[in-house]
Amino acid sequence: MKRVTIKEEVCIGCGLCQVYCKVEHSKSKDPIKAYLKENPKPVSRVRVETNKPHSISIRCQQCKDTPCVNACLTGAMTLNKETGLVTHDTEKCIGCWTCIMVCPYGAIKPDTSNKIVVKCDLCPDREVPACVANCPNEALVCEEVAQ
Amino acid sequence: MAKYVIIGGSAGGIGAVEAIREVDPVGTLTVISEEKVPQYSRPMISEYVSKEATLDTMKYRGDQFWKNNNVKTLTGRTATKIDFTKKQVELDGGDKIDYEKLLIATGGKPFVPRMECGEKYGIFTFTELSSAEGIEAKLEQSKSAVVIGGGLIGVSASEALVKRGIKVTLVELKDNILNLILDKTASDMAEKVLTEAGVTVITGQTVQQILGKKDNDDTVGGVVMTDGKEIPCDLVVVAIGVIPRTDLVKETEIKINRGIVVDKSMQTSIPDVYACGDVAEAHDFLIDSNRLLPLWPLAHLGGRAAGYNMAGKKAEYEGGTVMSSLKYFELPVIAVGDVNPEDTSDYEVLVELKPEKTVYRKILLKDNRIVGFIFLGEIEKAGILFRLLKNHVDVSTIKDSLLSEEFGIVTLPEQLRQEMFVVN
Repeated sequence: MKRVTIKEEVCIGCGLCQVYCKVEHSKSKDPIKAYLKENPKPVSRVRVETNKPHSISIRCQQCKDTPCVNACLTGAMTLNKETGLVTHDTEKCIGCWTCIMVCPYGAIKPDTSNKIVVKCDLCPDREVPACVANCPNEALVCEEVAQ
Repeated sequence: MAKYVIIGGSAGGIGAVEAIREVDPVGTLTVISEEKVPQYSRPMISEYVSKEATLDTMKYRGDQFWKNNNVKTLTGRTATKIDFTKKQVELDGGDKIDYEKLLIATGGKPFVPRMECGEKYGIFTFTELSSAEGIEAKLEQSKSAVVIGGGLIGVSASEALVKRGIKVTLVELKDNILNLILDKTASDMAEKVLTEAGVTVITGQTVQQILGKKDNDDTVGGVVMTDGKEIPCDLVVVAIGVIPRTDLVKETEIKINRGIVVDKSMQTSIPDVYACGDVAEAHDFLIDSNRLLPLWPLAHLGGRAAGYNMAGKKAEYEGGTVMSSLKYFELPVIAVGDVNPEDTSDYEVLVELKPEKTVYRKILLKDNRIVGFIFLGEIEKAGILFRLLKNHVDVSTIKDSLLSEEFGIVTLPEQLRQEMFVVN
């Protein structure tokens, strides 16, 4: 199972992971258009938290006990047994926010314009997730974790 | 003989099937359900009535679920009796099924209070697909509805009906809607959103009588409130709450308090018999005691724990508490735990209120532990607090940051933060 983790001591809180996440999950995949023109606005699945001098970049950690999957009212959130990844079906999601209530990382975000939640999908179209590939300080690591 | 028998095919029954199959792929498994298609999401009944979901999109698990899990389904059938000595379930029609391990996941039934109403067409509840289909059939000839009960189900029903162009009056006996899960401030904000969407909210009263139409007494024509005022309507939805569906085991030796009492393995007072969901009284991690908590996610979690134990893998139900997430008319609210204590003298209460932005956040602490919170308007970090509450974490060193802009994983004590990023 893959997941993106953070080396907290080298995160400088620049926020580029949020930017690249948003762009990767936009329609145009262009930063200017993604930020200024697209409607509905793309939502980053990453959150940079800062509490000086610390900063940290948060996204889904693919918990083994899958609280979001167990809490989901509709069956939109599932655990893919082959990949070990928590997968979200946007078609089935009704934006009830129950998964947000139980996510210990606060890593599931409301996408209010589409009335659904969004979470890290590890960028299925890329070999290395956009946040990891564009982290200037190599604070983000996409690692293989035992399932 | 079926090795496993499950009575009920909703959130709890499905959770148990999934857990049993993780451990035991071959043991014979029978699910008995009164529903023809048991695997639909009950919380989505509101979406079904508002036409935001169809029968197909409201399926909690796909049509192949039972087949893929090698389950024999007895749908549209009712379990009528359990013989715990012979380890046998009797069905309508008299067939008997032996079991080695049994799960009672019969759910809840809508509580309908005594009212003067007689047998009238147009009175519905809101917890089963059949009620939703009944409402759907009546909607075309309906212009207005009265919803009795201002809790989760009543507000859901009101929202769905308003979205279908029905004029809705919501009646709540207490002084505030959603009073079991919100405090007055949050309830007032929710009521404002409802009112703006066109719902007429009446509190402090209830319906004492349901009237017939002038030309046809067999069809709903209006209601009489406790103050004697009449409200004309074509439809009444009774949504006061659900009570455990314990009828099947009422006259047996199984221990029932308000629901069937289970231990943390979800086992009842009778060996090899388990219960979960709305019919059960299971662990609440906040009050550290058993309690009725008729909530979909907890039914599923309880079903999973029961399933593991039935299949021989030890598992402990992690428990739940009063926990709700709402999205009525696009107002996001997450409320967990004890948010409305009568006497706050033992509590520390942190509040942030920005009415102009429709943001309200409140956290209640007792002995430096979070015992309840309401996040209204801004909900993204609610889960971080949920974990602190559930694990009874001492937050004395981070109290000041709980409602700050910076609050997050980064403001948690270092040890806690480190634990969260080791492989779990």
